[in-house]
Amino acid sequence: MYLRKDLPFELFVINLMDVTAKQLIEVSNELGLALSIKEMKATQEYFLSKKRNPTDVELQTIGQTWSEHCYHKTFKGDVVSPDGTLILGSLFQTYIAQATKELNLSWCIDVFKDNAGIVDFERGYSIAFKVETHNHPSAIEPFGGAATGTGGVIRDVLGVWAKPIACTDVLCFGPLNYAYEKLPLGSKHPKHLFNGVVAGIGHYGNNMGIPTVNGAIYFDEGYVGNVVVYCGCIGILPINKFVRATKIGDIAILAGGKTGRDGIHGVTFASVELTEKSEEVSRSAVQIANPIEEEKLTRAILKIRDQELCSGITDLGGGGLSSAAGEMAYRSKCGIYVDLERIHLKYLNMSPWEIWISESQERMLISAPKKNLDKILDIFESEDAEAIPIGRFTEGNTLRVNYKGYKVAVLDLNFLFKPPTVTRIANWTEPKFSDPVFPEPKDLTSCLLKLLSTPNIASKESVIRTYDHEVQGNTVLKPLQGKYSGPNDSAVIKPLQDSWRGIAISCGMNPNYGKIDPYWMAASSIDEALRNNVSVGGRRIALLDNFTWGNPEKPDRLGGLVRAAQACYDFAKVFRTPFVSGKDSLYNESPLGPVTPTLLITALGIIPDVRRVVSVDFKHPENLIYLVGETHPELGGSEYFKLNRFIGNGVPRVRSEAKRIMETITATIDAGYIKSCHDLSEGGLAVAIAEMAFSGGCGAELYLGRVPKSNIKRNDYLLFSESNSRFLIEVSEKYKDQIETLMKGIPHSSVGRVKRKNRLSIYGINNELIVDAELSTLRNAWKSTFGD
Amino acid sequence: MKKEDIKVCILRVGGTNCDAETRRAFNELGVVANVVHANKIIKEKNLLDYDILVFPGGFSYGDYVRAGAIWGKRIKTKLGYELRKFDEEGRLVLGICNGFQVLVEAGLLPDFEGFSESPKAALASNTSIKYECRWIYLKHENSGNCIFTKRIQKGERIFMPVAHAEGRFIFPKKNENEYLKRLYCNDQLVFRYCDEKGKYAAGKYPISPNGAFHDIAGICNTDGNVFGLMPHPERACYGWQLPDWTEQSQILRYGDGMLLFESMVDYLVKR
Repeated sequence: MYLRKDLPFELFVINLMDVTAKQLIEVSNELGLALSIKEMKATQEYFLSKKRNPTDVELQTIGQTWSEHCYHKTFKGDVVSPDGTLILGSLFQTYIAQATKELNLSWCIDVFKDNAGIVDFERGYSIAFKVETHNHPSAIEPFGGAATGTGGVIRDVLGVWAKPIACTDVLCFGPLNYAYEKLPLGSKHPKHLFNGVVAGIGHYGNNMGIPTVNGAIYFDEGYVGNVVVYCGCIGILPINKFVRATKIGDIAILAGGKTGRDGIHGVTFASVELTEKSEEVSRSAVQIANPIEEEKLTRAILKIRDQELCSGITDLGGGGLSSAAGEMAYRSKCGIYVDLERIHLKYLNMSPWEIWISESQERMLISAPKKNLDKILDIFESEDAEAIPIGRFTEGNTLRVNYKGYKVAVLDLNFLFKPPTVTRIANWTEPKFSDPVFPEPKDLTSCLLKLLSTPNIASKESVIRTYDHEVQGNTVLKPLQGKYSGPNDSAVIKPLQDSWRGIAISCGMNPNYGKIDPYWMAASSIDEALRNNVSVGGRRIALLDNFTWGNPEKPDRLGGLVRAAQACYDFAKVFRTPFVSGKDSLYNESPLGPVTPTLLITALGIIPDVRRVVSVDFKHPENLIYLVGETHPELGGSEYFKLNRFIGNGVPRVRSEAKRIMETITATIDAGYIKSCHDLSEGGLAVAIAEMAFSGGCGAELYLGRVPKSNIKRNDYLLFSESNSRFLIEVSEKYKDQIETLMKGIPHSSVGRVKRKNRLSIYGINNELIVDAELSTLRNAWKSTFGD
Repeated sequence: MKKEDIKVCILRVGGTNCDAETRRAFNELGVVANVVHANKIIKEKNLLDYDILVFPGGFSYGDYVRAGAIWGKRIKTKLGYELRKFDEEGRLVLGICNGFQVLVEAGLLPDFEGFSESPKAALASNTSIKYECRWIYLKHENSGNCIFTKRIQKGERIFMPVAHAEGRFIFPKKNENEYLKRLYCNDQLVFRYCDEKGKYAAGKYPISPNGAFHDIAGICNTDGNVFGLMPHPERACYGWQLPDWTEQSQILRYGDGMLLFESMVDYLVKR
């Protein structure tokens, strides 16, 4: 079936004429294409119509372009119920993009079209934002996987001509004390993954001089076999310098690092499950990171942007050139010719298909009119960065690739970018968890201390401080607040020197709720990301979605995904917060089973004047503490239940008053009444007030009897319920009347006071003292797990 | 010299990344600062057109081998003559973080007997064995030799962030006491890590973020015109950059970092 051509280099022609379905699948497996039988048959038909057999370069191109990673075929395909009735056409179009389309907001400048979403900032400047997943590579090689994840998402932002100004990272690991004997063959221990991933993220961001300002670390057994690594990057650009107008005759320039064998089949690897052999088979799929190369590349790209020398740009990520070149041509309604021989290689004797699909890092593809070529090459040279013309954009819509004077690939772009529609079955059955029955513990102080030290709540200071969050000198609100390193809800950046306008960056994620219902998990994640943003003064918020899910070919996995996506639509509409970018990573399965389905929601808000930003720490003794929002018996999936080894059933919901509550918080901040603000999330009211107290070094008194609530009669439930849309705010007593006026019609109550004494004292429903602890005890519990 | 005539060169190479905020600090004081790629200044040989030379923070050439080592050797071989002249004429050289590492690797600091052939000190890996991004207190130790801290009283305590993995200032073990004595005799000691109340860190983490010998955070040369420090003054220039500004009733206009830039400009204006 494989015929080696008599050429001075390795090129195979694969016989697809009159072969069986079984043989087609064999070809897909042997070449590592990860294509289905339907897709292989479409490929066969195409070449039959052309009356010839494909080369390995052509088949690899198809494999890359049609991979889940590059084409997101599950999100674009049809979803049917187990009996075959169509549920919906495309998850992406029906839910994610649809909300944005219906909201139709003028400040969404360029969304879902490019590598990163772009929203308006001010005076001609726009903000670009993208969050990527890099789970599969990080499971094999945590340092390299996480570092190149960061490098890749930075290039996504460069790929819309934006200057990177901040990075984010959200990580999920198995428990760090996981028993070694339980670890399946081929899986790496969570502790090893944790150390490697954290080091990789710091290595790339720090070396590039981009502050890593926001993130989260989450632990769950469901991540033992499948680590989750989300890397985000935010950039700023003068929108009049944005250009996407590649024309016939333009030169294609490959800029940045050399091309090597690192990152071969990264995307097809990311589109299959992890097995015990993954390391052996797919080690070469992990790329090697060189942040300094990307730093030089960034400088050069910003220069050519400012001098308006180019017509288009895209980054080389999954699929390398094979994906970027065709995509750029197809998007610009032209063809492309590429001469592989011109590409600078890391190693000798690479086959043409390897050069073509290599995912070597720190590379970008640029299109430019021929007359500007010399200027562009000079600019790259002045930055010690490489750039080489490798081809040109042509008439027609054909992709043509040559190597050493021989045609190695000729493909119609209309074929390549119209893969067969994928049909997948979705079937979600509501899991049955009962609400646990157990008596209210007598010692609630020790419950609070235990919660503060659980890995999901405890301070991540020892990790955060290994990321440079100050470089560029624009971090107004740090991830850690003041002397006691309190947990601020969002980071705030002031991107422009001559303006006080800022951006607030926050996130929300509740994987544990998804075990009960992915719909409410998604709704809660959106609510949490928004709460975090609103707490510091953010508004006009744009959202990003990142799904990490199991194998979508299994109906129960896809069933949950559909529910989560539906909530994304529903609540983007409710809050009027459009999605502007996103990314999914499916096939996160290992011998231990599927990953805990994880939806990360990232929020980008605007701060009209950074001098009015609100931090988390209590400021002045005797100020009033208000609780805004209602507390329900919603402990399903909560950290409190988890501590007691329950899941529960009453998952937190998002109610109709949520939007009004958030708007009221914003109005109260704008009026200047709020001294400190914190949202209530994992660990509920008790954890939130403890964090505010020990962050500010001020004590507090809190009366549970005054908490706005429905159907709760237990102190522990009031303390630890994780109901959404709730905030604690600190207000001077002199503004009491104004607060009452502003808050009219939404659940709120003055629940306590900030105190000079270094203690947190909480009184129960019957006014008895139920929690009493020194601030240093609380702070130590919070910091002891990971240290400082 | 008029303030408008002061010329500042912020030198960069691949991997440098704190140039923009360093330039902003000079601009804030009405001084023009140019960010210049080292390739350009090596080619044009015009270093002596400038009055102040800054080696900013970052990871020059990836800091492979050892932080600052590659650039340190490179400036000696490519800019050695001009740099020597620049120094002899008493012009100002500032190294921040990676810049400090470069000055030490190049043998410009400490210069007990002029530029040294091989480094006399090192900035080793932090004792915590990790990158440290945190705000720390510094006690000013200089009695007036250091041009860069004229605006700060001796014994005064200032507040700035550090961000580095290799910032533990050390001398060779066998010369430790001798070199320390020389630093004191020549008035070369500038900043030491201390706590909120001004008490020396005595190596205690995280008051000393890196475990430096004698809590040393910054030193100058014998003439006081070359100065290097691990903390980042350019990130502590404005009140809103402080980690606790939201706790204050009023936002300060400037942070302590600005004092260093003001000292440099004052000196040149008065000269």
